[in-house]
Amino acid sequence: MQKLVAVVKRSCQTCQLVTPVLSRLEKEGLLTTVYSQDDPSFPEDVTTITDDRDLKMSWQSKIEIVPTLIRLDGESEKGRAIGWNRSEWAELSGVCDLGADLPASRPGCGSMSIDPGMEERLTIRFDGDGLESRRIDLGIDEDEFEAMFERGWSDGLPLVPPTPERVTRMLAGTSRLAHEMIGKVPPDLVECTVEKVAVNAVMAGCKPEYMPVLLTAVEATLTPEFCMHGVLATTMFCAPILIVSGPVTKSIGMNWSENALGQGNRANATIGRALQLVIRNIGGGRPGEIDRSALGNPGKYTFCFAEDETDDFWPSLAQDKGINLGKSAVTVFAGEGIQGIVDQKARTPEALTASFAASLLAVGNIKLAMGGDAILVVCPEHVNVFREHGWNKERLQEELHRRLIRPGDDLIAGVAGIDEGLPDFVKGKEIPKFKPGGLMIVRAGGQAGKFSAILSGWGASGNVGSSPVTREVN
Amino acid sequence: MVETVINESDRAAKRVLMDPTAERMATTRERTSRPDKLEGLRIGLLDISKPRGDVFMAHLGRRIRERGMEAVEFTKPTFTRVAPPELVAQMVANVDVVIEGLAD
Repeated sequence: MQKLVAVVKRSCQTCQLVTPVLSRLEKEGLLTTVYSQDDPSFPEDVTTITDDRDLKMSWQSKIEIVPTLIRLDGESEKGRAIGWNRSEWAELSGVCDLGADLPASRPGCGSMSIDPGMEERLTIRFDGDGLESRRIDLGIDEDEFEAMFERGWSDGLPLVPPTPERVTRMLAGTSRLAHEMIGKVPPDLVECTVEKVAVNAVMAGCKPEYMPVLLTAVEATLTPEFCMHGVLATTMFCAPILIVSGPVTKSIGMNWSENALGQGNRANATIGRALQLVIRNIGGGRPGEIDRSALGNPGKYTFCFAEDETDDFWPSLAQDKGINLGKSAVTVFAGEGIQGIVDQKARTPEALTASFAASLLAVGNIKLAMGGDAILVVCPEHVNVFREHGWNKERLQEELHRRLIRPGDDLIAGVAGIDEGLPDFVKGKEIPKFKPGGLMIVRAGGQAGKFSAILSGWGASGNVGSSPVTREVN
Repeated sequence: MVETVINESDRAAKRVLMDPTAERMATTRERTSRPDKLEGLRIGLLDISKPRGDVFMAHLGRRIRERGMEAVEFTKPTFTRVAPPELVAQMVANVDVVIEGLAD
């Protein structure tokens, strides 16, 4: 047997407009009940009202607009009309002169079940959230922000409270299952699930669409080649630096332009921060405990930026690492804060390369070589110098390599009044500053300013320490 | 605006936070008690491969042997990573105590 039900709310003017129609349908025995979202005494001229203030029926029936009129055959839906539309309501109910004194149509209002944030709350309430993390109940008067500091979850800055709703919303940003294991996080070497990453992503302030980049970053960081345990435990400065390449940088709104290595962009700031929170909260890597860095660096809060790929003059770092053009990728590099290279006078690639090389010699210590890697971040005005003279990236790499070879005699410990340096066996040899592949080049920065930068790497690179790891974002 | 039931009843639920940690309980293990004397014990010397760690450990080894005691040298492949399980097992099997230099 067919019947009609309706969903309304008092705060909707269109719902108020159609109350005479609902009353008539009830009197004619066609309408069995009206579900009221905000007030069970509304509509006054209808007898059978179902209280839907818990929004259960609205959520289960996926109501988006009120009023909604639904025709049911037993339990199965045969059709629905949304808002007020005389001809649609007439067709659905079979009453041809319905609402003759009303306007022909009037749009409805949003259903309370789809108010911002409500869908996740209702999903959790009626379907369960499926989350496995421990739930921590805060006291009625407990300050949630202070509670997170007190539990040791913070990097020193306030966190977004990871409520079940927010975590559920964050997980919607990835097609991966919440309980999927993605690696072991040092120093405690604890299995890390997608869900735990999502909890920390919420706290860091991420948007759900950052999740694919963040998960890729976490996976890259947890590879044995990256050696996150050592990166954390060292007394040196380093921390993971994330460089994101490919179309995803545009689609999630990352910054590769002015202030690319600075503050002000949500994606840059929160993806890097979320990775740090994963290490802190899941891995147990906290300063003063396993993290014994003598000075640390500001990038230990967050250090994540996008490559400038606004033209294809040079291949991206991701392409250098074997990722196909058009694919997105994350490279994680164990590095420090920035060292600026000021050169406002060079107009030839030769002069600029000489400037870059001289500055790169200082990485770690001018007396050290073949230790830490480095990333050279070339700003647009400097890129233009190479562009005007047709220098591709390979040429710059080769010229830098040539200029970064030095006589071993100059590097021996104690030479030039500097005790730091290499052992005697470098005497008479030519020593390159970096290991093969140890100097990487990326483009980033604003259009104005002849200021590039060096990101110095951890003194222990390669097999005895950390290698940069690039992973495609899927 | 009429306050809905869900807003009232969920006020408490909103104050539930998901634990961001690995939810591990801290495990405490009994330390092996400190020996009263080193005489008669096999002493391991673990060089973690930090610069000049080998010099320091070799010196310690000489001093220990001068006192007529046994010293066995071990080396970690790199200071940047935790000791491989095989190395730990080797130390457990062959010595009673270990002297390790942790940093520069």
